[in-house]
Amino acid sequence: MYEKEKLEQLKKEKQRWQKEKVDKGLSRFPERKEAFTSTSGRDVERLYTPEDVAELDYQEDLGFPGEYPYTRGVQPTMYRSRFWTMRQYAGFATAEESNKRYKYLLDQGQTGLSVAFDLPTQIGYDSDHELAQGEVGKVGVAIDSLKDMEILFDGIPLDKVSTSMTINAPAAVLLAMYIAVGEKQGVSADKLRGTIQNDILKEYIARGTYIFPTEESMRLITDIFAYCSKEVPNWNTISISGYHIREAGSSATQEVAFTLADGIAYVEAAIKAGLDVDSFAPRLSFFFNSHNDLLEEVAKFRAARRLWAKIMKERFGAKNPKSMQLKFHTQTAGSTLTAQQPDNNIVRVAIQTLAAVLGGTQSLHTNSKDEAMALPTEDSVRVALRTQQVVAHESGVADTVDPLAGSFYVESLTDSIEKTALEYIEKIDELGGAPAAIEQGYIQKEIMDSSYNYQKELEKEERIVVGMNKFQVEEKPIEGLLKVDPKVEQLQRDKIAKTKESRDENLVKEKLEALKKAAEGTDNTMPFILEAVKAYATLGEICDVLREVFGEYQQSVVI
Amino acid sequence: MDKPIRVLVAKPGLDGHDRGAKVIARALRDAGMEVVYTGLRQTPDQIVQTAIQEDVDVLAMSILSGAHNHLLPTIVEKLKKEGVYDEVLVLAGGVIPDDDIQGLKDAGIEAVFTPGTPTGVTVEFIKKNLKK
Amino acid sequence: MDNLKEKLRQGNKKATARMITMLENNDPKAIEILGDLYRYTGKAKVVGITGPPGAGKSTLTDKLVKILRKEEKTVGIIAVDPTSPFSGGSILGDRIRMNDLAVDPGVFIRSMGTRGHLGGLSKATQGAVKALDLYGMDYIFIETVGVGQSEVDIMKTADTVLMVMVPGLGDDIQAIKAGIMEIGDVFAINKADREGAAKTHREIDNMLDFAETDWRPPVHQVVATQNKGIEELLSAIKDHLAYLNESGEMLNRRIKSSEIEILELIKDRMMQDLLREDEIQRDIKEFSKNVAERRLNPYEASEKVLRKTIKKEAEKYENY
Repeated sequence: MYEKEKLEQLKKEKQRWQKEKVDKGLSRFPERKEAFTSTSGRDVERLYTPEDVAELDYQEDLGFPGEYPYTRGVQPTMYRSRFWTMRQYAGFATAEESNKRYKYLLDQGQTGLSVAFDLPTQIGYDSDHELAQGEVGKVGVAIDSLKDMEILFDGIPLDKVSTSMTINAPAAVLLAMYIAVGEKQGVSADKLRGTIQNDILKEYIARGTYIFPTEESMRLITDIFAYCSKEVPNWNTISISGYHIREAGSSATQEVAFTLADGIAYVEAAIKAGLDVDSFAPRLSFFFNSHNDLLEEVAKFRAARRLWAKIMKERFGAKNPKSMQLKFHTQTAGSTLTAQQPDNNIVRVAIQTLAAVLGGTQSLHTNSKDEAMALPTEDSVRVALRTQQVVAHESGVADTVDPLAGSFYVESLTDSIEKTALEYIEKIDELGGAPAAIEQGYIQKEIMDSSYNYQKELEKEERIVVGMNKFQVEEKPIEGLLKVDPKVEQLQRDKIAKTKESRDENLVKEKLEALKKAAEGTDNTMPFILEAVKAYATLGEICDVLREVFGEYQQSVVI
Repeated sequence: MDKPIRVLVAKPGLDGHDRGAKVIARALRDAGMEVVYTGLRQTPDQIVQTAIQEDVDVLAMSILSGAHNHLLPTIVEKLKKEGVYDEVLVLAGGVIPDDDIQGLKDAGIEAVFTPGTPTGVTVEFIKKNLKK
Repeated sequence: MDNLKEKLRQGNKKATARMITMLENNDPKAIEILGDLYRYTGKAKVVGITGPPGAGKSTLTDKLVKILRKEEKTVGIIAVDPTSPFSGGSILGDRIRMNDLAVDPGVFIRSMGTRGHLGGLSKATQGAVKALDLYGMDYIFIETVGVGQSEVDIMKTADTVLMVMVPGLGDDIQAIKAGIMEIGDVFAINKADREGAAKTHREIDNMLDFAETDWRPPVHQVVATQNKGIEELLSAIKDHLAYLNESGEMLNRRIKSSEIEILELIKDRMMQDLLREDEIQRDIKEFSKNVAERRLNPYEASEKVLRKTIKKEAEKYENY
């Protein structure tokens, strides 16, 4: 971008400045630290100049928004046309209570729904399963059968909202339930909009709610890709997630690298299953974390977009521009919130919101200040949503596209993150791809090392977390946290019993038997799951059939 | 060196967030302890039987699912029934609200370490409070 | 102490666990009790499982044990993991693969760190085998990564050694051959659904062709995670145990392993008791300096230390 001569001159000028100003200045005002590093451990220089972006080619590396390589954003006008979707992840206890919360959020101006399920649901156990004890309705809503799903979306027209469901191992079952609810409302499947997370690889890496072994899980995922490309064309069939990888303690670069490596594995699996890359790739979406290091985060989002575009075009030969666009949802970083002085969390979330918006996110969930302690209360959820609204309407950052482009620091960081992430991806390729690298514990080990180093830096106070390891105050215990009534478990059990009484047992048996046959063979499992769901087979019953055929995943633990 | 402290780091409940459990496992190892780690989704019976067979000095449990009020007291009860509670220091960590902590202590959890506790604090606590 | 001994005789779980801890900690009381109860041991069949890291030994053990449990046999499992040479601590994670077995009353699993003490690993492991034998286990599985000499020694004390390999080891197989290949009585190629299983099978076969014993170690391809080939592998292990009994080789083996054990105990004692004495430690430090500066040769230095220790030991016995 710069003439050689000018750069030479600049170099000399910089040396002069260094001698005349910096060296002199340092003797009077030494720097706070010997070396500065980002929260991801990346070296941060004193000053960035055109020298650091000398190689940058505007057209090739940045381009225009809405055009390859999409560094500046996936749409030409971005937030000048429409703000990102403000989507708060919510759901607790019973379908009845969550339904109330959704209606409240929609009334408050939220534009999309995001469903949190409880852990038994996420692992494919009914609320009356032994392992569900004490867990029902705790971290999300309990869904045992189509009955619960009907209650969850009661009075919410499915052709008017887009719904994101954080569900992975049993994603096919929950999607089938959503389709069935749509049918009952008279909304056909091709009118449904939303996302299922459906990203099993990061469950093995970081989040832990897996059920089936790798190969069988990948098959369920590609079954969903194939089914939706025909029947539910507006549905985002997967949300390839770096969020939990980051929460597990990875660096920003690792978040990009491991997420895109997972993405590559899904694309390869689908191609291997006989799908054309442009038939499913436009429905792939991503999910990233937004951390405190504002500029590094912005660079991370831009690097991820550029790298994915290149991978899709060059590695997989995608033709459709939509296949090359990395669209993503963002959530602010839960792990940065402190239990100490929780009001400070509002400030952290505001910075993280800025990072996501300056990074060009398509949708955003902002965490509530009390999430380090418990489920958020209604009041704290409102403040979190208001944070997004303030950034959207008052800060001005949404009024021009990719405002930080051209910053010497941000561009140099974007390059550096892309380059290091690519090196990781090459290493993972050598190991045989993401599933093999996970099995060998490589990815987990890399994350664990980062996370342990970070912990040690905190303990040596090389890193300061305000209120936690510095600026502490005596605090009273916090009151008024949201508690889930333990009665929920009994309520759910009663509902299951009632549902089982009123359904046609023979039909259930027949549908489950058909599903079993399909799972044993090579038929797409999706239509069989849908049939079983409609006959009010429970989530646990359906997953048990699949467990019997597929077996269960064995965790490989790396410490 | 001759008698390293033996610790069982366990994750009761269904949540899969093992960052904290792994960080503490590593920190205890680096402090010279022998750490038995059993992975995710452990039932109370599995945890208690492992504690007995491994003859551990410390049982450290990490839980973030919100099921602590149900699971942790159940585990202590079972340790008592097996007659090993008097010899094992029982600790918990994770997302546990302040107003639940006293109840857990009354139920027999010796200490609760919430997010932000430096690992060194846990190491010291263990060294000072061993029961045998 | 008599209480502990009594409980061990009765097959008490807590007492067994405590006994193993005491053995690991080199507690003389434990040695004394175990000495008294030694005559009651020797009933359990001892199976060693070894192989390179990541071969799937724990998963394989889990599957083998599950079949034995269906046959109503009781099983003790000793899983050995390396201790960090830096901190002396360790992370013992083999149980992860066997979590269902933890609650089975017919199974006792114990994790051990190698702890880096000289020769002491074999002592502690063999002690643990005896403790589990007294606990009434029909089978005892010892699982270690086959790397160090002391791990190889442990394997030599087992009745049957199962070597677990994986396809595609390539050149590694040569290295393994040199060290521990000869101790395998039964070979398993785990993860045999992967590329290269047949090749690895051939390579192992070729190597075994040179063995000059009555027992030709069988080679089995298995996929532990899918429970494939496990029944056959278990039969092969049982065949070997039967062969040992019928041929009289069992006694020979146990004589050999007793010999190793006695030697180990002597060595351990020398290292633990004698070399640890302050005076001897001081001598060694001083001699080392002289040896380094070429004022003394290492042969003479060791001779001096040896003489002094023997003399000191003899004095101790005279004082009895």
